[in-house]
Amino acid sequence: MSQWIRACATDDVDEEDLIRFDHAGETYAIYHSPEGDFFATAGKCTHEDVHLCDGLVMGHLVECPKHNGQFDYRTGEAKRAPVCVNLRTYPIRVEAGAVFIEVP
Amino acid sequence: MKRDYSLLGPDGARAVETGLAAAEWYHTEVPRKVMKELMQRSDQPAIRDTVIWLGSMVVLAGIGIAFWPSFWTIPAWLAYGVLYGSASDSRWHECGHGTAFRTAWMNNAVYEIASFMIMRNSATWRWSHARHHTDTYIVGRDPEIAVMRPPAFFKLILNFFGVFDVAAALPRLAYNAVLGPTTEEKTFVPQSEWGKVARVARIHMAIYLATLALAIWLGSILPLMVIGLPRLYGAWHHVMTGLLQHGGLADNVIDHRLNSRTVYMNPISRFVYWNMNYHVEHHMFPMVPYHALPRLHDAIKHDLPAPNPSIAAGFAEMWPALRRQLRYEDYFLRRELPEGAKPYREDFHRAALGDLPETAIPAE
Ligand code: FES
Repeated sequence: MSQWIRACATDDVDEEDLIRFDHAGETYAIYHSPEGDFFATAGKCTHEDVHLCDGLVMGHLVECPKHNGQFDYRTGEAKRAPVCVNLRTYPIRVEAGAVFIEVP
Repeated sequence: MKRDYSLLGPDGARAVETGLAAAEWYHTEVPRKVMKELMQRSDQPAIRDTVIWLGSMVVLAGIGIAFWPSFWTIPAWLAYGVLYGSASDSRWHECGHGTAFRTAWMNNAVYEIASFMIMRNSATWRWSHARHHTDTYIVGRDPEIAVMRPPAFFKLILNFFGVFDVAAALPRLAYNAVLGPTTEEKTFVPQSEWGKVARVARIHMAIYLATLALAIWLGSILPLMVIGLPRLYGAWHHVMTGLLQHGGLADNVIDHRLNSRTVYMNPISRFVYWNMNYHVEHHMFPMVPYHALPRLHDAIKHDLPAPNPSIAAGFAEMWPALRRQLRYEDYFLRRELPEGAKPYREDFHRAALGDLPETAIPAE
């Protein structure tokens, strides 16, 4: 049963940046795009067990802090070696200044 | 303790068992705002440096060819050699990380050119270098350990002229061109890339064969002075700086302050080496592009061992330690941290290293 969870306030995440959000033993990443939209993905890289929250957001890409692999955080698509496996994405909703994420 | 550096051997398996492999490494605290600013990418510094790099190579090779075989071309060939056989190493490295330029195709183009010059398969080495960052100097895991213990001095010295590197690269090139990656390479290159390994090897091979054919046709080694041989006669600078990166320091630890070395260098060496003299900083934060490493150094140096003040000072520290490792394989240099720095994690490293060598090994 999936559920909507409040992840953060909209101003917790700078534009063109991301933060980590942990819930029920899982870790997620919440992104704020340069256009002002929000997105959510799994919090760890698919290459190795590394949190993406220390990485860099450039446009619609997030770069992993360990080996500079890149994903498009809107779709989760792996864009640059050494990542080959796509990142899981999660639906997001913005309401009254808060960001909600739908988790399984 | 005898070390087995094979990626398929018992040391590698033990590192996985004990949690040394793919472990969480120590990082100096840097505020997110500062780090974001340091990680910013830009094309401008790398475009400028690439124009100087390749432009100088064209001019120097032009002088070498125009006045060939005059004795007076030697300085031009020596400088050309360093730009070909050494600067290619740092370009390969930075563009492999994808941090040198902001624009992806520029990183990829310079990465391919530099990989060819340094005689590395661009499809294989991208992955081996990822492993080097995951498991830096973890025995049996890191495929890029430059100085194995006990150090093979004869090999190290000949490698200043690329002898062993090239002797290993050429048969590997032939193997890759015909059969794809070797069994060891298959441990770190994903299967989806195996075809690319063979394709790249075939392209490199074709360029070398064409150069060789031209040399035979002309009855002159001149074409090989431009392509191929500078990997030998110009290798010394990247070997010199490369040895300093980790030589004489700890292995099997998960704190880059224990296994990497930062050395202050002259501006020419820093241009050739693309600021990789800030090596602790690079390993701790591989997202920071080469041109921002001096600023990163300023931001975290309070937490790192003092850098060596010059290349000569780095060698003066490292060389005796390497000599000592001939007799005591477990010996390593342990540099003091400045006051106020976060201490090394003794508990974990003691478990990883067994008896700490300082107490176990008599002074010479
Ligand atoms: S862990 Fe993310 S790219 Fe390697």
